[in-house]
Amino acid sequence: MNSLIPLFVAVPLAGAFLTMILARYLKNINKYIGLLVMLMLAAMSLIAITTARGDISVCKVGGWEPVNGIPIGIYMVLDNFTALLLCIINIVGFLSIVYSLTYISRYTSESNYYALFCLMVAGMNGVVLSGDLFNIFVFLEIAAISSYALVAFGVEKEQLEATFKYQVLGGLASLLILFGIGLIYWKAKTLNIADVKAAMGSSPDKVHYMLIQLLFLCGFGLKAAVIPFHAWLPDAHSSAPSPISAMLSGVLIKAVGIYVLIRIFFNMFLISNEIAVLITTLGALSMVIGVFLAIGQWDIKRLLAYHSISQMGYVILSVGMGMILLARGTNPEIASLAIAGGLFHLINHAAFKSLLFLNAGAIEYRTGTRNLKEMGGLARYMPATSATSFIASMSISGIPPFNGFFSKLIIIIAAVMGKFYLLALIAVIVSIITLASFLKFQRYAFYNKEHAGEQRNLKEVPFPMVFSMVVLGILCVILSLVAIPQVRDIVLTPAINVLTDPQVYTSTILGI
Amino acid sequence: MKGMTIIVKKTTQLIAGIVFLYGIYVIVHGHLSPGGGFAGGVIIAGSFILLILANGSDFINLTREETGTTITENLAILFFLLISLAGMLLGAKIFFNNWLPAGKVGELISAGVIPLYNIFVGIEVAASILTIFLALVIFKEEITK
Repeated sequence: MNSLIPLFVAVPLAGAFLTMILARYLKNINKYIGLLVMLMLAAMSLIAITTARGDISVCKVGGWEPVNGIPIGIYMVLDNFTALLLCIINIVGFLSIVYSLTYISRYTSESNYYALFCLMVAGMNGVVLSGDLFNIFVFLEIAAISSYALVAFGVEKEQLEATFKYQVLGGLASLLILFGIGLIYWKAKTLNIADVKAAMGSSPDKVHYMLIQLLFLCGFGLKAAVIPFHAWLPDAHSSAPSPISAMLSGVLIKAVGIYVLIRIFFNMFLISNEIAVLITTLGALSMVIGVFLAIGQWDIKRLLAYHSISQMGYVILSVGMGMILLARGTNPEIASLAIAGGLFHLINHAAFKSLLFLNAGAIEYRTGTRNLKEMGGLARYMPATSATSFIASMSISGIPPFNGFFSKLIIIIAAVMGKFYLLALIAVIVSIITLASFLKFQRYAFYNKEHAGEQRNLKEVPFPMVFSMVVLGILCVILSLVAIPQVRDIVLTPAINVLTDPQVYTSTILGI
Repeated sequence: MKGMTIIVKKTTQLIAGIVFLYGIYVIVHGHLSPGGGFAGGVIIAGSFILLILANGSDFINLTREETGTTITENLAILFFLLISLAGMLLGAKIFFNNWLPAGKVGELISAGVIPLYNIFVGIEVAASILTIFLALVIFKEEITK
């Protein structure tokens, strides 16, 4: 596996550029290339997560060995946390491509769509695999720029406006991140994450590193749409084509936002109490404000986009609680329980939020509207869409047999055990409001009979779209199994160990 | 797009070839002297842009040229990827491995695969800058129509 790690980036890149050439001469080849690339990546990521088993494999690109113990080349690191994210990216990506086969044929220049999609996946795979800060920045820009183009794919007025806003704020985020990377290079004289950690251990310069942490928190917070930085998300995620909304909301904000935040704050910086409290506060704020902004929406995709902010708040909150507990150093078991809840919710959110966006796309595909007030009674005409969206809605609101319940339960238990009673209470209340807003979605879209008479030509969406939705729906149920200890030991526990024990990460990569 | 006066046309015809050659010089000496794929590619694109600006071109020609540059650009990246992937099959079996003999320092043919990377980066940069230029010109032509 070790030397094959770069294929995660090379395969989608090759797919993207091959599409652009071949699609001019062969009809429909773009679909086959896109499908093949994503299928291969999904299979590779599944192999990666089953073979990782707590090992950290390092690939030195170009074969540049460290000189005097200082890493000089580009390192690609595959540990369990990375493998988890790779699975999310590539499996959701594969299902979105399958969904796109019929959905995107309404638009012109399909080959551009598939090429940009592959580029975006290449960028995200690169971000999660890369072991040094500058490559994270480069791949982040690849993913971000292709997503700017994909948001504007419909080239209508509101899409162009959304993508403009997204570009301005995304550019600001990149500027802050690059500034932070520059400041790190100034002090640590290296950009390799493990090496920075080693260099920082002996440095007395606390204030300097505090400034860098704040810059990164703002920069990656903008990418992850944490609450004071969320302004671009509802516009961008709601006006993109639906499979792209699923990718943006289900994957992109995690891969380039949350993942990098978790990685650098756990594996690079020394965990400090101040930053941990700040992160927890931001998480709690996102959770509460996001859900209150969501409940008043009548546009389905805007409603879902605001819920993304709220659900990401859960992840950030629980990871932040883990950081506080680790900083105090009193009870590491509860800290790892909190982080487990966060990572589990990250996986679950990828499954149910992409499913909900695909449902919204299916509704828009048949009825041509995103306004909840103009729908109603769709359950009779679109049974698969209705059933899968019911699963996803119950899952996001935390109703027992579905996956969202277990991750929220773990988060709340961790909060209570860590004596964060207020946060536990907020988490419960937010979950109830989420349930209310999804019951509204269910009722107005699928069961309200008010407009049923007008919609005669409605039928179920084509097979590829149904296929993706059903697979994601099954995933929503199956992922509950991760709560079982045996499964958790394969999927979650090694990933948590990488985060709670940064010394192992550093020493494995530097080869000490 | 209309061309310019005969003085400009003749001057650019004289200069463009030299600019093009200089671009090639910068690319192939990338591993020996300052410059390399990116700088040389920009210079090559400059020579084409000079000719298009001076002589003018009609709409159909512009779109045809844009197709050509897009394909060239994508092919260049594919070759770049192929060379880097060849590192996984030949020699030490590492991505981006330098699998050709290194040669003597200072000679034109040396440094293994690095000159090849430079050449493909040069083609890529030249073609993509030309594509951007042509896309902007085509956009302007479409608006004036």
